[in-house]
Amino acid sequence: MSAPAGTVALDEATPSSTPGAVTGGSEPAQHGSKAHSDGGWSLIPVQTRSERFTSADPGAFAAVTGFEPAWKYSPVAKLRPLIDGELDGSAIEHTLEKSDEITVEWIGRADARVASAGLPEEKASANAWSSFDQALAITVSGEEAQSLTLARSMLGGAPRAAHTVITAAKHSSATITFLNTGSARLSENVEIVLEDGAQLTVVSIQQWADDAIHLASHFARIGRDARLKHIIVSLDGAIIRLNTSVHLDSEGGDVELYGAYFVSAAQHIEQQVFVDHVAANTKSRVTYKGALQGRDARSVWVGDVLIRQTAAGTDSYEQNRNLLLTEGARADSIPNLEIETGDIAGAGHASASGRFDDEQLFYLQARGISEQEARRLVVRGFLAEIVQKIGATELESRLAEAIEGALVHEGALK
Amino acid sequence: MSVLAISDLHVSVETDQGVKKILKGVDLTVNEGEIHAIMGPNGSGKSTLAYTIAGHPKYHVEGGSVTLDGREMLDLSVDERARAGLFLAMQYPVEIPGVSVSNFLRTAKTALDGEAPPLRAWIKEIRESMTSLRMDKTFAERNVNEGFSGGEKKRHEILQLELLKPRFAILDETDSGLDVDALKIVSEGINRAKANTGLGLLLITHYTRILRYIRPDFVHVFVDGRVAEEGGPELADRLENEGYDRFLADASIA
Ligand SMILES: Nc1ncnc2c1ncn2[C@@H]1O[C@H](COP(=O)(O)OP(=O)(O)OP(=O)(O)O)[C@@H](O)[C@H]1O
Ligand SMILES: [Mg+2]
Repeated sequence: MSAPAGTVALDEATPSSTPGAVTGGSEPAQHGSKAHSDGGWSLIPVQTRSERFTSADPGAFAAVTGFEPAWKYSPVAKLRPLIDGELDGSAIEHTLEKSDEITVEWIGRADARVASAGLPEEKASANAWSSFDQALAITVSGEEAQSLTLARSMLGGAPRAAHTVITAAKHSSATITFLNTGSARLSENVEIVLEDGAQLTVVSIQQWADDAIHLASHFARIGRDARLKHIIVSLDGAIIRLNTSVHLDSEGGDVELYGAYFVSAAQHIEQQVFVDHVAANTKSRVTYKGALQGRDARSVWVGDVLIRQTAAGTDSYEQNRNLLLTEGARADSIPNLEIETGDIAGAGHASASGRFDDEQLFYLQARGISEQEARRLVVRGFLAEIVQKIGATELESRLAEAIEGALVHEGALK
Repeated sequence: MSVLAISDLHVSVETDQGVKKILKGVDLTVNEGEIHAIMGPNGSGKSTLAYTIAGHPKYHVEGGSVTLDGREMLDLSVDERARAGLFLAMQYPVEIPGVSVSNFLRTAKTALDGEAPPLRAWIKEIRESMTSLRMDKTFAERNVNEGFSGGEKKRHEILQLELLKPRFAILDETDSGLDVDALKIVSEGINRAKANTGLGLLLITHYTRILRYIRPDFVHVFVDGRVAEEGGPELADRLENEGYDRFLADASIA
C-alpha cells in the first residue's frame, strides 16, 4: 500500500529482511510548522474515518469482504459469527462494586440515552447494536469522586451482544473500570457521554481466557470543559479488537486516550482510534504502547485524528510505540492526521516499532543484572508508563504482575 | 590483593567503511586501592577501552586479555563481569523509561549479592549516599536517567558506585560537564567509595581539574589506541601545560 504524505505506515509494504522485523518509524512530526504543496493544511489520509458510513442497522452495511479499511487488518474469517451471525442479546451477568452516587440500571433501546454518543461504523458493531435486549446504563452524579468496578467473567463460547451507556452528569467525577476475564465471544458497544465539566476515567482491562474473541466499539462525546481519560489494557484473549472514537464537539473538551497491550504467540490485538476535533480549543492526547512476543503475535494500531475547520486552537498529539521482543511478531502502526484549519495550537504524531534498545540492556547488565531480568525490566518499564496513568495502586500492581506473568509464561525472552 | 590486568589488548569496531582498529595493544595493570588516570585526545580510544572491559557487544576483541585476579574477563557476559567486581561509570548514561531508580538499584544489588539486601539498612544507605551527593530524595522515584541533567546523571553513576561496591571501577569522563560545586561533590563521592571499599580506579579524563580532588597514583597518556607515556601525577600537570601535540606528532609519523 502507498501512504500519502503526512502518514506513516508500517505494514506489509515495509521491507524487512528478518521475518517479523517491522522496525523503523518516524520522529514526532509537527504539522503546524510544515508547508504543504497544495497550500492548505489538509493531509488526506487513505480513507477519511469521518466519512465512514454509520448505521445501527447491520443490513445497511455491505457484506464484509476483509478488504474494507475497517477490516483489512483483522482476521475476518474467525470473526464471521460476530459480524454476520445471530447474537444472544440477553443481559450479561456481572459483579459490581460501586460508590453511592453511581446508579446502574437496565434500560430499553427506546431510552434517550441509547445512541447519545455515536453510531456503528462497521457491521459487527451494528450487529451487536441491533441484537441487545436491554442496555446497561451507568450514571454518575454528584460532585464527589465516585468509582465503579464492573467484572465480567465466563460469558461462555456462544456469540453474544452487549450495550453499555455511561453518562457522567454535569461536574461529576468518577473512575469506571471494566474487568474482563474468562471465556467470551462478544461483540459490544460502549457509549460514554460526558456532560459539561464532567471528569471521567474509563478503564477497560482484557484478561480473557486464551480462546476468547472480543470486538468492542467505544463511542465518546465530550461536553464543554469536560475531560475524559480512557485507558485500555489488553493482555489475554485470542482476538481483541477495541476501537475508540471520540467526538470533541464542545469547546474546552479534553481527552487522553491510552492503551497498553502485550501480545503473545498467535494473539491478535487491534485498536482503531478516532479523535474528531469539532469545537474550538479542544485537546487530545493519544498514547498506545505495545510489546509483542512469539510466533504470529500481531498488533494493529490505526490512529485517525481529524481537526475540522471549526476546531480552531486545537491541540493534538498521537503516538504509538511497539516493542518487538522476538522474531515472528508483527506490529502494524498507522497514524493519520487530517487538518482542515490553519489555526491550531499544535498537531503531531509519532509511530515507532523496534526491537530492544541494546544500550538499555547493556546499561542494566553492566550493573550485574542478567540479560533475561534486564529484558523484563525494560518491557515492564515500557508498558508501565501507560499502566501508571490508571492512578489506582492496587490495580496497577495487579497489571504489572500480569505483564510479568505473560513474560515468564512465554519463557526465554530471546 | 586484587589485580586488574590488561595486556596487549587489540580491539576493532565495525563501521560502514569496514572494520576499524581502535585499540592497538594496550598494557595496563591496576592494583586494588590504586588510582590510575587515563588522559588523551578525542578519539584516541579511551571509551573503547572502558566499554571493552565492561563487555559492550559493539567492540570486537582481536587479541589480548583482561584478567581480574587471573580470571579472564573477556570470556564472560556483561553481567558476569559486573558480578565479578567490575563497574563502568558511563560517559553517556542511558535512560530507562518506566524503571524507577530505587527499583533499578534494588534489582542491581540483588543481582550482585545473590540475595535481596535487608530492606531497612538498604533504604538508609541509599538515603545517606543521596544526601552526600546532594541528590534530592525524589530522584529515587524517578525513572532511571529520564530527564536528568548531565550533572544529575553523573551523580547517579557515582551513587551506584557507592552502593554497588565494585572492586574495580572505570570512570569514563565522569568530570565532563560538571560545574565546580558538582565536581567537588562527585569527587568526594569517589573518594568516599575508595576509602570504604579500597577499590581500584581507572579514571578517564580530559582535564586535570578533577585530579586536584582525586590524586592519581599513575597517569597514562593514551594516543592512537595505545599507552604512549606513563608517569606519576606530575605528568598530568605537564599535559595541562603542553597539551598532546608532542604525542600526536609521533603518532602521525608512525
Ligand atoms: N561504532 C563506531 N563506528 C565507527 N567508529 C567508531 C565507533 N566507535 C568508536 N569509533 C571510533 O573509534 C575511535 C575511538 O573512539 P573512543 O570513543 O574510544 O574515543 P575517546 O578517546 O573516548 O574519545 P573522547 O575523548 O572524544 O571521548 C574514534 O575515532 C571513534 O570515531
Ligand atoms: Mg570517550
